[in-house]
Amino acid sequence: MITDIVIVVALALFTGVYVSWRAGRIDRLHARVEMARTALDVTLLRRSSVALELATSGLLDPATSLLLAAAVHGTRGGDRPRDLAESDLTRALRAAFSQPGFRSSLIGKEGADELLAEVESAAHQVFLARKFYNDMVAATREARRRPLARVLRLSGKAKAPEFFEMDDSLVAEKSGVALGL
Amino acid sequence: MKIGITCPYSWDVPGGVQQHIRDLAEALIDQGHEVSVISPADDDTPLPRYVVGAGRAVPVPYNGSVARLSFGFLSVSRVRRWIKEGGFDVLHVHEPEIPSLSLLACWVASGPIVATVHTAIPRSRILLVTYPVVRTGMEKINGRIAVSEAARTTLVEHIGGDAVVIPNGVATRRYRKADPLPGWPGPGGAIGFLGRLDEPRKGLSVLLKAFEILGAARPGLRLLIAGPAADAEEVLHRVPARLRDRVVLLGQVSEEDKVRVLHSVGVFCSPNTGGESFGIVTAEAMAAGVPIVASDIDAFQQVLRGGEAGELFAAGDPADLARAAGRLLDDASRRAELSAAALAAVADYDWSLVARAVFSVYETVVLGSTQPSVTAPGGDFAQDG
Repeated sequence: MITDIVIVVALALFTGVYVSWRAGRIDRLHARVEMARTALDVTLLRRSSVALELATSGLLDPATSLLLAAAVHGTRGGDRPRDLAESDLTRALRAAFSQPGFRSSLIGKEGADELLAEVESAAHQVFLARKFYNDMVAATREARRRPLARVLRLSGKAKAPEFFEMDDSLVAEKSGVALGL
Repeated sequence: MKIGITCPYSWDVPGGVQQHIRDLAEALIDQGHEVSVISPADDDTPLPRYVVGAGRAVPVPYNGSVARLSFGFLSVSRVRRWIKEGGFDVLHVHEPEIPSLSLLACWVASGPIVATVHTAIPRSRILLVTYPVVRTGMEKINGRIAVSEAARTTLVEHIGGDAVVIPNGVATRRYRKADPLPGWPGPGGAIGFLGRLDEPRKGLSVLLKAFEILGAARPGLRLLIAGPAADAEEVLHRVPARLRDRVVLLGQVSEEDKVRVLHSVGVFCSPNTGGESFGIVTAEAMAAGVPIVASDIDAFQQVLRGGEAGELFAAGDPADLARAAGRLLDDASRRAELSAAALAAVADYDWSLVARAVFSVYETVVLGSTQPSVTAPGGDFAQDG
C-alpha cells in the first residue's frame, strides 16, 4: 500500500519535472529565436549601410550608384515586404559585382578594396545569420509540434516563429558559398 | 544639325519610350537632320541604321519591378566613345532619372543637353534619397521637355526646375494604308474597338450595350474588338447569346495588325467614359481615315474638333451611341466627309510637327551654349571590352 503511494507520488513528481523541463526548453528556444532574429536584423542593416556607402562613394558610375541607392532605400520601410526588398538589394549588388571586369575597373582607386571587402563581408554575414536563424526556427517549430507540447500548450501565447526566406547569394549560382568572387 | 539621342530601355522590348524615340528620330531624319540613337540592345537584334547598340541590357530590380537597363563602367565607356565619335551639336537624353544610358550620358557629356521626361514617378522619395548621387549629371541639362502635364508636375515637384510640355505625336503615315483582315468589314458592315477590355473607363460595356440595340436592327452588323483582357470569355458573355457570333475578339494585336483592324471596320468607336488626356487610339484611327464615333469627353472634343472630324455622343449613354453609330452606318456620304475631316485634323498631331517643336528646343539650347558641340572630356574608363 505504502509502496503504491510512493510509486504514484514519484511518478507525479517525475511527470511534473519532465513537463516543466519541456516547457522551459520551448521557452528557451523562443528566446534564442528572438536573439537570432535580432542578429539577422543587425546584419541586414549593416549590409544596407555599406551598400549605401558604396553607392555614394563616387567609385561607381552614377547608374550603378543609383540602382544600389534605390535598392537600399527599398529596404528601409516602404510598401514592399521586407524579404522581397532585401532580395532586391542582393540582386542589385549581384548585378553590380558581376559586370565583367568590375574589379579591375576599380584597381588603384582610393578605398575601393576596403569598401568592396566590407560589402562582401556584410553580405556573407547576412547569409550566416539567416542560416542560424532559420535553423533555430526549425528546431522551435519542431519542439512545438510534439504531441505533449500541443496538448498541454507548453508554448503558451508565443506565436510560432516564421522562416525568413530571401535571395542572399552574391554569386549567381545558388551555392552555399556566397564569397566566390 | 547633328543630334545624339539616348534611350534608357532595351530596343528589342516594346515600350512607349522606345516608340517615342523611334518616331522622333525618323521625323528628324526626314527633316534633313543627322540623328544617332544609342540604346541597350541584344547583340542579335536587327537595329535601324540610325541606332547604335550599347550592349545587352541587364535585368535588375528597380522601384519594385525588374527593369532591363544598361549601367556599369563598360556602358560608360561606350557612351563616352559614342559621344566622341558622334560630334553632336546637341545631346537629347530620355528619362535621365532612370539608372541607365541617359543618366550616364549626362554624366560624361559636356555641352548642350536636352532631357525628356516621360513618366510621372509616383515614389518620389527614391529621387530625394538618391538625388545627390545623380545631381552632377542632372545639373548639366540645359532644357527639359515633359511629354505630359503629369510628367511635368513630377519634375517640378521632385527635381525642381521647369519643363516645356510637348506631347507625343502620331506617326500618321504608318496608319494611312493597310489591308483589311480577311473577310472584313463584310456585307453587313462592322464597328471597331481598340483598347483594354477590362478597364471600365475605356467604355467597352457602353459599346456592348449599344450593340444590343444596333445588332437587333441590323442583321449583318459585326463588332471587331482588339485589346488585352484578363478574361475574354466573361466579356463575350456580356453580349446576349443571339448576338454572340457577331462579336469577334482578337485579343492583343501587334502594331501592324492594329493598323489592319482600323482598316477592317466601317466605323470606329471610342466609347471612353473618362481618364483620357489625349486619346492616342482615337488619333490613330483618325490617321487611318476611318469614320469615328466617340464619347463627348474633353479629350475627344478637342482632337475631333468639337464634332467636325467625328460623330460625338453623350459619354456613358448606350442609346445615344446606338443612334450616332446607326446614323453613320446608314450614310456613306457622311462617312466619307468625316473620314476626310479626320485625316485633315490629325495632321495637327503628326510627328513632323512634334519634331519641329522639339527641334526648336534644341535651337534654343544651342544658342545659349558656350560650347559649339557636345564633348565627353576625360576617359579614365578607357579600357573597353
